[in-house]
Amino acid sequence: MANYSTNEFRSGLKVMIDNDPCAMIECEFVKPGKGQAFARVKLRNLLSGRTVERTYKSGESLPGADVMDTDLQYLYNDGEFWYFMHPETFEQVAADASAVGDNGKWLKEQDSCVVTLWNDRPIDVVPPNFVELRIVETDPGVRGDTASGGGKPATLETGAVVRVPLFVENDEVIKVDTRNGEYVGRVKG
Amino acid sequence: MPHQDAEWQPSATLDALKQRAALMGRLRCFFARKGVLEVETPLLSAAGTTDPQIHSFETRYAGPGAAQGRPLYLATSPEFAMKRLLAAGSGPIYQVCKAFRQGEAGHLHNPEFTLLEWYRPGFDHFQLMDEVEALVTELAAGRLPAVHAKRTTYAELFWRHFGLEPHTASAEILARCAADFPALAGISGLDRDGWLDLLMSHIIQPRLGRGSLTFVYHYPASQAALARIRQSSADTPAVAERFELFYQGVELANGFHELTDASEQRARFEQDLVQRRAQNLPPIPIDERLLSALDEIPPCAGVALGLDRLLLVFNGLTRLSSVIAFPFIRT
Repeated sequence: MANYSTNEFRSGLKVMIDNDPCAMIECEFVKPGKGQAFARVKLRNLLSGRTVERTYKSGESLPGADVMDTDLQYLYNDGEFWYFMHPETFEQVAADASAVGDNGKWLKEQDSCVVTLWNDRPIDVVPPNFVELRIVETDPGVRGDTASGGGKPATLETGAVVRVPLFVENDEVIKVDTRNGEYVGRVKG
Repeated sequence: MPHQDAEWQPSATLDALKQRAALMGRLRCFFARKGVLEVETPLLSAAGTTDPQIHSFETRYAGPGAAQGRPLYLATSPEFAMKRLLAAGSGPIYQVCKAFRQGEAGHLHNPEFTLLEWYRPGFDHFQLMDEVEALVTELAAGRLPAVHAKRTTYAELFWRHFGLEPHTASAEILARCAADFPALAGISGLDRDGWLDLLMSHIIQPRLGRGSLTFVYHYPASQAALARIRQSSADTPAVAERFELFYQGVELANGFHELTDASEQRARFEQDLVQRRAQNLPPIPIDERLLSALDEIPPCAGVALGLDRLLLVFNGLTRLSSVIAFPFIRT
């Protein structure tokens, strides 16, 4: 992997910091009129998700991180790993809980997800912005209620729990925004 | 259909350009009233700055007068030529011009920027700070808080922030101080001045000039550049008679009680060249015409003020691209 000098720093660049892959969020050239030039960067650790700040002397360089985002199809979960497949090469990768994190609750078989690979190892999984999931458990609907009002919790087939309007019933398929976990609407069957 | 480049437009608003024009008008009135003469000096020069931290654009002239061609440097500041005018008896002078710095681009840096530089024979750095404050207040036209500028020494700042004495602290002590800040951890290989610059620009400077103009004066003697050094006495270390102006964490101006001793200045230039060699930087010819003139120059103080940054802070903005019509990335 290439090294990147401070002159090549830009947001989005993936570099190694303390043996972890990180993505640059911001970088700023800092220099007193008469004095040493520095590059001040803000980075997101792609393993922990934490944000770190670092400062480098102008002209220094950082090793690049072999990180790429790929669109993979979600296959199944065997209790330990979530399996994904490349739609053309049929190559499979297994992501563990630390890569999938909280997003496991949105993963539905056949859906296409963005899987971030670092040295071919999955480190992050982002589900589609909108998923359609079946309700497996919710309190009976209240007839006559059409407004969303306060709503009620509903458990979905993947185990996710979202708030839905009172009129939505068991076994219905609903559309959910995975970015905020909010109900979007019913899907006509 | 021909390709359309969406970035043909200026990055600054028309209002910002009008403010710039108004600022130029007000500063010319200020200096006319004070009897300071406006001058112009070349932007292309046969000699450049030897400062190892300032990098010049190099270009080449070929034609009548130089059939074989000769290298020229774009001025990083008009200082050397203006000092030759002072030595020739110009009296107080000012200039508004472009300055060029290789390798400097960012939110607060553009490789070419607009400088106001002026010199006051008979002034020391304290008198010049007074005048800088008066000028900036007048240019602000009410866009600065109505309070007097603060003044603090470089040593006071380091004492207040870190409890250390910057004029005598070793590189090791400064490095250990920097290591206490997570954002500075991991940086290494700086010399004493490098560590001072790191602590100053990353920890102290962002807090400087919050709510009022703030002058910092008496820099380390090793950072004197073209300023006089006040020699140490019983209880005070030697310091450079140099000041800087900050507002809202942004460096706006750098001024000197000017060094007028040609042999001392030559020694500093030669020391610069030694450092440039050690850092594998290209050698820069020493400006012999400046050194010859220094024998005749009157005692004076001089200052350079960044006008782009001044417009920026007057408007509470944070990126130079909002006050420069066509910054570097849109040229």
